[in-house]
Amino acid sequence: MNSYRIDGINGPIVTVRGATELQIMEMVYVGVKRLVGEVIGVDSEKTTIQVYEDTAGLYPREPVEATGSPMSIALGPGILGNIFDGIEKPLSSFAEQAGAFITKGVSVPPLDEKKQWDVTVTVKPGDVLSGGEVYAECDETQAVRHRLLVPPQQHGRVVFAVPGGAYRLNDCIVRLEDDFGNLFELTLCQRWPIRTARPMRERLLPLVPLLSGQRIIDAMFPIAKGGAAVIPGGFGTGKTVLQHQLAKWCDADIIVYVGCGERGNEMTQALTEFSELKDPRTGRPLLERTVLIANTSNMPVAAREASIYTGITFAEYYRDMGYHVAMMADSTSRWAEALREISGRLEEMPADEGYPAYLPSRLSEFYERAGRCITLGGAEGSVTVIGAVSPQGSDFSEPVTQNSKRFTRCFWGLDKALAYARHFPSVNWNTSYSEYADTLGAWYAEHIAPDFMACRSRISALLAEEARLMEIVKLIGSQVLPDEQKLVIEIARVIRTGFLQQDALNETDSYAPPEKHYRMMKSILKVYDQSVSLIERQIPVSEIIKTGCLERLIKMKFSVPNDELGRFDELDAENEKALSAVG
Amino acid sequence: MILEHLGLDKISGSLVVLENVDNVFNEEMVEIRLEDGSVRAGRIVMIEGRRVVIQVFEGTRGVSMVNTRTRMTGRPMELKLSPEIVGRVFDGLGRPKDGLGEIYPLTRRDINGSAINPVQRVYPRNFVQTGISSIDTLSTLIRGQKLPIFSGSGMRHNELAMQIVRQASVADDERFAIVFAAMGVKNDVAEQFRTSFEESNVMSKVVMFLNLSNDPIIERIITPRCALTAAEYLAFDLGMNVLVIMTDMTAYCEALREFSSSKGEIPGRKGFPGYLYSDLASLYERAGIIQGSRGSVTQLPILTMPNDDITHPIPDLTGFITEGQIVLDRALEAKGVYPPISVLPSLSRLMKDGIGEGYTRKDHKAVSNQLFACYSKVQEARSLASVVGEDELSEQDRLLLGFGRDFEAQFLTQSQTENRTVTQSLDLGCRLLAQLPDELLDRLKREEIEEYIEPFREKEANNG
Repeated sequence: MNSYRIDGINGPIVTVRGATELQIMEMVYVGVKRLVGEVIGVDSEKTTIQVYEDTAGLYPREPVEATGSPMSIALGPGILGNIFDGIEKPLSSFAEQAGAFITKGVSVPPLDEKKQWDVTVTVKPGDVLSGGEVYAECDETQAVRHRLLVPPQQHGRVVFAVPGGAYRLNDCIVRLEDDFGNLFELTLCQRWPIRTARPMRERLLPLVPLLSGQRIIDAMFPIAKGGAAVIPGGFGTGKTVLQHQLAKWCDADIIVYVGCGERGNEMTQALTEFSELKDPRTGRPLLERTVLIANTSNMPVAAREASIYTGITFAEYYRDMGYHVAMMADSTSRWAEALREISGRLEEMPADEGYPAYLPSRLSEFYERAGRCITLGGAEGSVTVIGAVSPQGSDFSEPVTQNSKRFTRCFWGLDKALAYARHFPSVNWNTSYSEYADTLGAWYAEHIAPDFMACRSRISALLAEEARLMEIVKLIGSQVLPDEQKLVIEIARVIRTGFLQQDALNETDSYAPPEKHYRMMKSILKVYDQSVSLIERQIPVSEIIKTGCLERLIKMKFSVPNDELGRFDELDAENEKALSAVG
Repeated sequence: MILEHLGLDKISGSLVVLENVDNVFNEEMVEIRLEDGSVRAGRIVMIEGRRVVIQVFEGTRGVSMVNTRTRMTGRPMELKLSPEIVGRVFDGLGRPKDGLGEIYPLTRRDINGSAINPVQRVYPRNFVQTGISSIDTLSTLIRGQKLPIFSGSGMRHNELAMQIVRQASVADDERFAIVFAAMGVKNDVAEQFRTSFEESNVMSKVVMFLNLSNDPIIERIITPRCALTAAEYLAFDLGMNVLVIMTDMTAYCEALREFSSSKGEIPGRKGFPGYLYSDLASLYERAGIIQGSRGSVTQLPILTMPNDDITHPIPDLTGFITEGQIVLDRALEAKGVYPPISVLPSLSRLMKDGIGEGYTRKDHKAVSNQLFACYSKVQEARSLASVVGEDELSEQDRLLLGFGRDFEAQFLTQSQTENRTVTQSLDLGCRLLAQLPDELLDRLKREEIEEYIEPFREKEANNG
């Protein structure tokens, strides 16, 4: 491969003088320490390279080595349960070599090349394989079976296959011969350029919800498998806790968690928590179905920009095996800021708030990689993307929030006022929306209850009514309202504190199944309906409050365990009796 | 062979340009010798072929195109370190300024540090008792945390920081050290801190880095990096628990803005450079605990919010990086409340795992949530009362107003020498909550109300 010399250095940007044969977006090695870089600009006078590692200590005239291929990552068994930086450096093996601090120029293979995998080969000589079809399988962790797929662009007839047994990452498993007689070797590992979406056979409509066990999401603003959602919120509104909750409890098969420009301690916390917590479905540690990407805020900014793409490429790889994958990106604002920083160093013309003009197109490219589909191999898989946004000064009109809103269909707006009152999750029910609610209605009707969506609409109507009444209360106090309106305010209080608030740190309440959401909504509405008829008979609201029904409803999330939903019958009966006693 | 470059090719603000330079690396230190023999330190910030841009720390006053000799040192910006730095005073570039002579270095460290590998971090969960009720119960400080104080000019943030140092250090053993970094603060303020350290007998454990308001602005960009390098050395090499106080971060950010604009960079919000977030993160993220070391770095940065505006880029970006914040409020200060901590926007992100049974007290989480929830209702009741008058309020709202008054007068307020244990603070919180009826205590379980709140109600009933 060709080699060039460094001419200029400015922060993470390095230039090479004169015309080169480097391609745009080609991966290069910079300097004697072989720092990873990517070509981002080419003209007849100079080539511009962004470097993914710290450039301090780099000399001009050090070599730049071309690789001939775009920025790509290794895909194969050993990804799950691991923690990588933004360009797929394995941080645990890195620590073994370099100690507690991230020093530059340490070269570690991304996936463990020495580990032996117990491989079952599913093809025999003579079989004809096309891109995306399975040729071997192995247990990557006890929870997840890793299917090895023919790379999308390759196809041919199997001319050689090893017998099943223990193999290492780079051992040849299958040899393919295409129509022109070219031979390809398939190992346990393949590479894929991170900025290119992996192909699929056919896109499917998102008709199945991604259940997260969080009431405000599953019941009020549901997201579909293959959908995209955005969580904007200022600092301290609980974005990260909500992202962690989703990563822990959502019913995806694989979780890709990208900590993009966030706090180091948070990644440590995720790492320890995920290895301690058990997946409710498999009983294995959550870490066995999770891959973490940590590019903390003080790690090099260019790698932060790449980390989102590395994450979604992992997600697509597992989708192609026929898994449902959920990817959490915390936070896309830091990614956008990395774009802005690099754009600034390139002296590009800034658009809105200094962000480059191509910010919207980059965001849409990224969110469009979400989706439910039939894979090339014929299985069904999905990638769901949930991106956190950290708007400056909690101002949702800033470009990243606004553009993310355009390309996603689910908006969970976090609210500072709710967070200050320690109402968590602080998703504001008046500003949030989900465009999936209608298409998912059929699923809820079939799997949970026919009137699930009807209950949901009544609950949100009550909340909207409360919001309207509170405007009046703010002006003249609640004393003057008629009783039926006072009842709305009381019931809305029950909905807010009893239903929408969910305690991430409480064992019973951290996760709740959708059946429980339904029963809770039902119990609240039953008490409301009965109270309305009492009020029609001139019984004051204070009498209804005295029965203790409302307090019982508020505590039901704790008092009814997730696996004893029958207890709701007792609760309903008790409430009915108490209210009947009044009237 | 030592090469010296005669003269310069361009001077612009604190940046100078040299042409025809070979064999230099990015961020190398240079020495610029003037005709009068004085030496200024500088650092290479940009290389374009054989043209280099150098940032001169002490400013370029008196420098001309011809009167200088520039020498490349062949080293990055390093700080000389040894256990002897404890008890010493340095200038903003890490040079001794207390007249006690040079440090004999056991080691030298690049002041930019390196990012801690998240795999090697230890998740912090050790509670630090500051003796201040509103911090201990509502936004608990954890060892290894970065918890900034958001203040405004004229508020008593310095007193608060000093009180925390005094009370948090008393409980600690001898592996305790304080690193104090002053950036653009007045001489009096630095002196005030020094006096306070002496009074509480910790001066022998303090390392001071002083860049006062009349010192060169460009040095200010280096000062916190020197301080954190010293802190990391004390914590991770010598196993000490280090508390780093950095004041004032606003002055630091303004220096960065000045430097950025003199480099001709495209400005972002309010003229601050687009990389302000990354730059601040490279400081704040240098807090924490790493595996295999007994020490820890805890940061207590102080920043004055320009115009008391929490959405200003400096506090805003800081809040996104740090693990919570303590916000001071001018209205409380005006009411005479000390410390004037506005509890609702204040937050400690690491609190949830560092409190409760085995750390502080079982009911800590529930009580603090309840105090937050009630106090936020107090605000609603107050805004209603300001419209309809207190007499028109419901019984509940009137009780809340009473609770709010007592909360500010008894719970938030404490004297500068009052050191409350966390149990005292929690009891005080429970006693105040006991004024309210059960319907308002929706964050407490029945058993918790009986165990922690009822005793105070009974006591009250017996007294009355």
